[in-house]
Amino acid sequence: MSLADVCIALMVAGLIAYTVLGGADFGAGFWDLTAGGAKRGARVRGMVERSMSPVWEANHVWLIFVLVVFWTAFPTAFASVASTLYVPLGLAALGIIFRGTAFALRGQAATINEARTLGAAFALSSVITPFCFGAAVGGIASGRVPVGNAAGDPFSSWLNPTSIVIGALAVLTGAYLAAVYMAGDARRAGLPDLERAFRDRALGAGVVTGALAIGALFVVRDDARSLYDGLTSGTGLALVIASAVCGAATLALVWGERFELARVSAAGAVTCIIVGWAVAQRPYLLPGHLTLEQAAASHRVLEAMLISLGVGFVILVPSLALLYRLVLQGRLDKDYE
Amino acid sequence: MAAEYLAGAFGRQANQPDLLQARQMQALSFAVHIPLVCFGIAFPAMVLFVEGLWLRTGEPAYKALAKRWSKVMLTLFAVGVVTGTILSFELGLLWPAFMANFGEVFGLAFALEGISFFVEAIFIAIYVYGWDRLSPRAHFLAGVPIVVAGITGSLMVLTVNGWMNHPTGFDIVDGKVVNAHPFSALFGGNLWHELTHMYVAGYMVAGFLVAGVYAYAWLKGRRDLYHRAGLVVALSFAALAAPVQVVVGDWAGRTVAERQPTKLAAFEGVGKTQKGADFHILGYYSDGEVKAGIPIPRLLSILAKHDPNATVQGLDAVPASDRPPVNVVRYAFQTMVGIGTLLALLGVLYVVTWLRRRRLPRSVWFYRAVMAAGPLSLVALIAGWTTTEVGRQPWVVYQVMRTSEAVTDARGLWVAYVLLAVVYLMLMGAVAWLLRRLARRPPEAEVEAA
Ligand code: HDD
Ligand code: HEM
Ligand code: HEM
Repeated sequence: MSLADVCIALMVAGLIAYTVLGGADFGAGFWDLTAGGAKRGARVRGMVERSMSPVWEANHVWLIFVLVVFWTAFPTAFASVASTLYVPLGLAALGIIFRGTAFALRGQAATINEARTLGAAFALSSVITPFCFGAAVGGIASGRVPVGNAAGDPFSSWLNPTSIVIGALAVLTGAYLAAVYMAGDARRAGLPDLERAFRDRALGAGVVTGALAIGALFVVRDDARSLYDGLTSGTGLALVIASAVCGAATLALVWGERFELARVSAAGAVTCIIVGWAVAQRPYLLPGHLTLEQAAASHRVLEAMLISLGVGFVILVPSLALLYRLVLQGRLDKDYE
Repeated sequence: MAAEYLAGAFGRQANQPDLLQARQMQALSFAVHIPLVCFGIAFPAMVLFVEGLWLRTGEPAYKALAKRWSKVMLTLFAVGVVTGTILSFELGLLWPAFMANFGEVFGLAFALEGISFFVEAIFIAIYVYGWDRLSPRAHFLAGVPIVVAGITGSLMVLTVNGWMNHPTGFDIVDGKVVNAHPFSALFGGNLWHELTHMYVAGYMVAGFLVAGVYAYAWLKGRRDLYHRAGLVVALSFAALAAPVQVVVGDWAGRTVAERQPTKLAAFEGVGKTQKGADFHILGYYSDGEVKAGIPIPRLLSILAKHDPNATVQGLDAVPASDRPPVNVVRYAFQTMVGIGTLLALLGVLYVVTWLRRRRLPRSVWFYRAVMAAGPLSLVALIAGWTTTEVGRQPWVVYQVMRTSEAVTDARGLWVAYVLLAVVYLMLMGAVAWLLRRLARRPPEAEVEAA
């Protein structure tokens, strides 16, 4: 394994963490949007807020992590991606402002109406942001980002069949993950009606996500043949199958109300498909345009970054473990007002 | 480092008609992020100080204050996080050619910054949501990493800015950036004075702004322990920082004189290289000299080189196309120094009264001045960054890469600019609304809720 491989592995790991943790935050926003009228939705919203409050900042930092490793290790590729895909990335960034602010403010809202207005901003951005990120991924994976300063098409690079299905998948996956997690949180908090509500949502979202994932394979076959070939042969195929198995297992576990295990297998399904994508487009970073080795910064830079991050992880990993332990024990529960 | 032509990673010049919009967007985003960051730098230490008072005395008013402040801290942190995220995106969205060429040279700093943000986000959550749930000792300790992360977070990003102003740690061969030495790039630049100056500025901005709130309460007659502690703690931090800032500013000025003489010439509007240069207060720059200003003989040479006869290099040493817009830079600089001097006097007044009389000043004008000091220090902060960043123009990497070479080739930047400005306005409005709502709640609520 070269240093560039290690760097891409780190980015993939960061992306998985962001999807599994941050994506679930977005998904929670999706349920907020669809929670219904003020009265009926109030409890669902309360649960969303309670589950997310202490962790969303930490979850969000994974995005920053992926960005900084990207631009340090593969500067030319980063610049090409950012300048071609500036529309979806810009929209995602605006979505992040809304999401973060509305979320920070909502705990303080006094009336139901205030809470709903802020909630709407929060929830809408929870759909737009993951869609835009997914669409950007689709643009890269389908080879629509050439090397250069804004060298690709500003619109068809992300408004194309592959981008649209991946964007939709990103939104649904987040919703699915969130419902699974929150069913577990509701059980821990001893709220059986919410537990049932999120169990139903998890089952519904799981079925839809699974169906879309299968459909996506056909879309990719017509639109991005080399990605399809990578996903349907060798390691890529194995990972796609593993992802499907995890997905099916999660449905069964949710059905059987084994939410803690379902949490793990749902995350496993996401992990397999993201790794599968990375494997499918090997050895390319920008398919058809730039390989990983061509894109990599110099050896000395990669080495310096990996060593520094390694030292950083010695502090980071125990801190993260502490936070999630406190959260899962419910010690930071109950919103702070 | 000689300014060679930089063909760069993309092998082609950017051609952006809306360069000005790109610059304005960058400046706007910084102007929103950096004031928030001041609270990330200085507020944790203030909160912990008050919590420490509570742990020692058991006085509920101190706990109420620490708890209230920690909520403000969390809110401002959340907004700091999103605005910082925008900045990270903008590096790629607005300046791709800069990132493509130099990402590997300074990227390491941001990678370390990422770790620091993680630590900050983790412990701020534990700290704020952990009130009354963790043991008092554990809770206090959970605050310590937040203070440290405030330092490391600004350290890392300022290594990048220090490097942009004094680039080292790489070579340019055939128009391409090669031989990146990340560590020497990071610590070889203008980092140290920038870090110290920014860190002290953080304490001034956060301290004076918070103190202003309680000074207002003081004037309205609310002088119980809670309000008194809020005033004294915040004001003491800021008042001690203010005089120090003048000394650090002098250090910054001398470093710039040595490393970026053209920028220094723009600070002062020095058209021609001269010996024993004068300093001018106010006035404006035109045709190579300051008009209608109040001259102070030789002061500039004294300030820049600590020698009344020293030679100060003028703007004429470089071609017109390599000079920054002098009046913007000069006014920004004068604003910062003027405010800095006034605030230092205010700080000294407070500290001297405290030391000699063991009490707060009694004049209502003192409290009015404290209320004004917050907004003024904010103005000084933005003015300082304008001095540094606009003074560096037309270069993004000083004497290596021009801002016009760094910019994106994408079209329609003004659409993004308008959108972003509207979103920031809403953001500011929302934050103001939230802070007012928090402030209206009676302090006792903080302790009773427990
Ligand atoms: C509360 C804010 C504040 C105050 C009161 C002052 N400054 Fe400042 N100044 C800043 C906040 C600031 C800053 C944080 O905005 C800058 C921008 C870049 C930096 O390192 O610090 C800055 C930059 C900056 C620079 C340019 C550094 C560079 O380009 O590398 C100089 C020469 C000074 N300052 C000098 C002074 C002097 C002589 C002051 C006092 C009389 C002063 N500053 C007060
Ligand atoms: C890394 C890439 C960066 C680029 C390309 C960049 C470029 C620019 C440009 C073009 C401007 C606008 C100047 C004008 O008004 O004409 C600006 C403003 C500014 N920059 Fe930088 N900068 C970068 C990094 C930084 C960093 C790392 C910092 C601080 C740590 C910083 C601080 C600022 C500030 C505070 C302003 C606003 C000045 C004002 O309010 O007018 N910049 N920057
Ligand atoms: C190129 C310029 C900059 C970039 C790209 C940037 C990026 C960021 C990002 C991404 C965050 C959010 C971290 C999180 O998710 O938790 C953040 C927050 C922060 N930034 Fe910046 N930043 C820049 C300029 C500055 C400057 C000039 C300073 C101060 C010296 C600074 C200090 C901080 C601090 C202390 C935080 C923590 C948040 C808070 O306490 O409010 N940054 N920044």
